[in-house]
Amino acid sequence: MNIHIPTPLRAYTGGLETVSVAGTTVSSVFQQLTVQYPELKPHLFTPEGKLRSFVNVYLNDDDIRYLPNKEETAANDSDELTIIPSIAGGTSCRL
Amino acid sequence: MPTAIEETVELPKLSNDEIARYSRHLILPEVGMEGQQKLKAAKVLCVGTGGLGAPLALYLAAAGVGTIGLVDFDTVDASNLQRQIIHSTATVGKLKVDSAEIMLKGLNPTVKVIKHNTMLTSANALEILKDYDVIADGTDNFQTRYLVNDACVLLNKPNAYGSIFRFEGQASVFGTKEGPCYRCLYPEPPPPGLVPSCAEGGVLGILPGLVGVIQATETIKLILGIGEPLIGRLLLVDALGMSFRTLKLRKNPECPVCGPNPTVTELIDYDQFCGITPPSEVGPLEVARDKAVTDLPVVDGIPQISVQELKRKLDAKEDVFVLDVREPHEYKIVNLGAPLIPVGEIALRTAELADKKDSEIVVHCKSGARSQRAALALKQAGFTNVSNLTGGILAWADKIDPSLPKY
Ligand SMILES: [Zn+2]
Repeated sequence: MNIHIPTPLRAYTGGLETVSVAGTTVSSVFQQLTVQYPELKPHLFTPEGKLRSFVNVYLNDDDIRYLPNKEETAANDSDELTIIPSIAGGTSCRL
Repeated sequence: MPTAIEETVELPKLSNDEIARYSRHLILPEVGMEGQQKLKAAKVLCVGTGGLGAPLALYLAAAGVGTIGLVDFDTVDASNLQRQIIHSTATVGKLKVDSAEIMLKGLNPTVKVIKHNTMLTSANALEILKDYDVIADGTDNFQTRYLVNDACVLLNKPNAYGSIFRFEGQASVFGTKEGPCYRCLYPEPPPPGLVPSCAEGGVLGILPGLVGVIQATETIKLILGIGEPLIGRLLLVDALGMSFRTLKLRKNPECPVCGPNPTVTELIDYDQFCGITPPSEVGPLEVARDKAVTDLPVVDGIPQISVQELKRKLDAKEDVFVLDVREPHEYKIVNLGAPLIPVGEIALRTAELADKKDSEIVVHCKSGARSQRAALALKQAGFTNVSNLTGGILAWADKIDPSLPKY
């Protein structure tokens, strides 16, 4: 299935906006994603393996936090996952 | 959709000049005389007059919003003008609130501009926000995002939110009774280390225009009470793909601010909440506010060296190894001829510097913040003599080689 990668994380997917990953549940898709792109892992998961709280994951139009089975929700090839990280920019600073 | 304007107060009359000016609104039934009067009665606070705040405030002024408040403590810099269209070449160096006022008054002299030339803090936010009907958050840091969100929820004010990064934008309306707030979406901020650095975080100049105008649209809809505001929806804008998507947002029943059992019932210390050193100390935040690390001899165990001192060492042919830790695209703009290892790759590439373990290393970036991080990483990796170039390549251009461009 396709996962939409937001701009701040594309540095870790070789610039790709959409990556295609196999899996039967949201969590197995994410597992596979971090195998394909290991540098993504610390940005998405805590060292304990929990999805970071400032990363929102949508299965199609739904926030997985509000799906009954959360990360264990079944997913098939026609579904789309979207990762939405926090961004704060409004102007941009000049470091 | 209820309007953000209290209907009980008598709406202000429009003069004949105003009727002529706003005629394209007045002949729209959804706005009409009453709508235009609501706009005239409305008070909107723009938090930030940067990339988002600039088009936002301009369109609000053009539309006839009666009172526009501006919060900003910054001054106009030439590098702002690539996107902050409320400022202009003639106002470089002026306070942003003064510069913005000139442009707004020029566009629409009847608009009342209230200038808050200050940084929004927990101590002043409620006092500043309380007199406005709609808050439009166009700030650039997580501390202020959470501060504005919490203040809006506590005061029950709608927050027309917008945010941008490189080619991507987000917009929503937070802080209404019926909808979620920013914390429902993001209960916690990302730790500072995981946020892409500013240098990696440039922005396409027109993108804040696009998103700021969406914030202005939502603000106007809230004032008029028309249409479907982005309450409970997050708009995602991708300028490269030119795609717009909206995702459903839910009110989090466990939200610490807007949930039924809130644990945040007053404004908190947002620097601490965001894991950022308070500005009273010499730390990353102070750098983020554009003041390079001050001339302290040692910061967190890293000696700080001035550009003059580095120049002296180089001229004396001392054995000093200069390392640039900016990004390759910055290196192309200007460099000192030093080898380049971007700060994000330092920890992985220390092997390349293996013969420099005990050499004197001077690390530099653009203005001294990233190089401080890089110096700490090198020290951690066992390098024994690492110092940080105060003020970075900008200071070098200022004090040593004025022929270099500054960016
Ligand atoms: Zn909330």
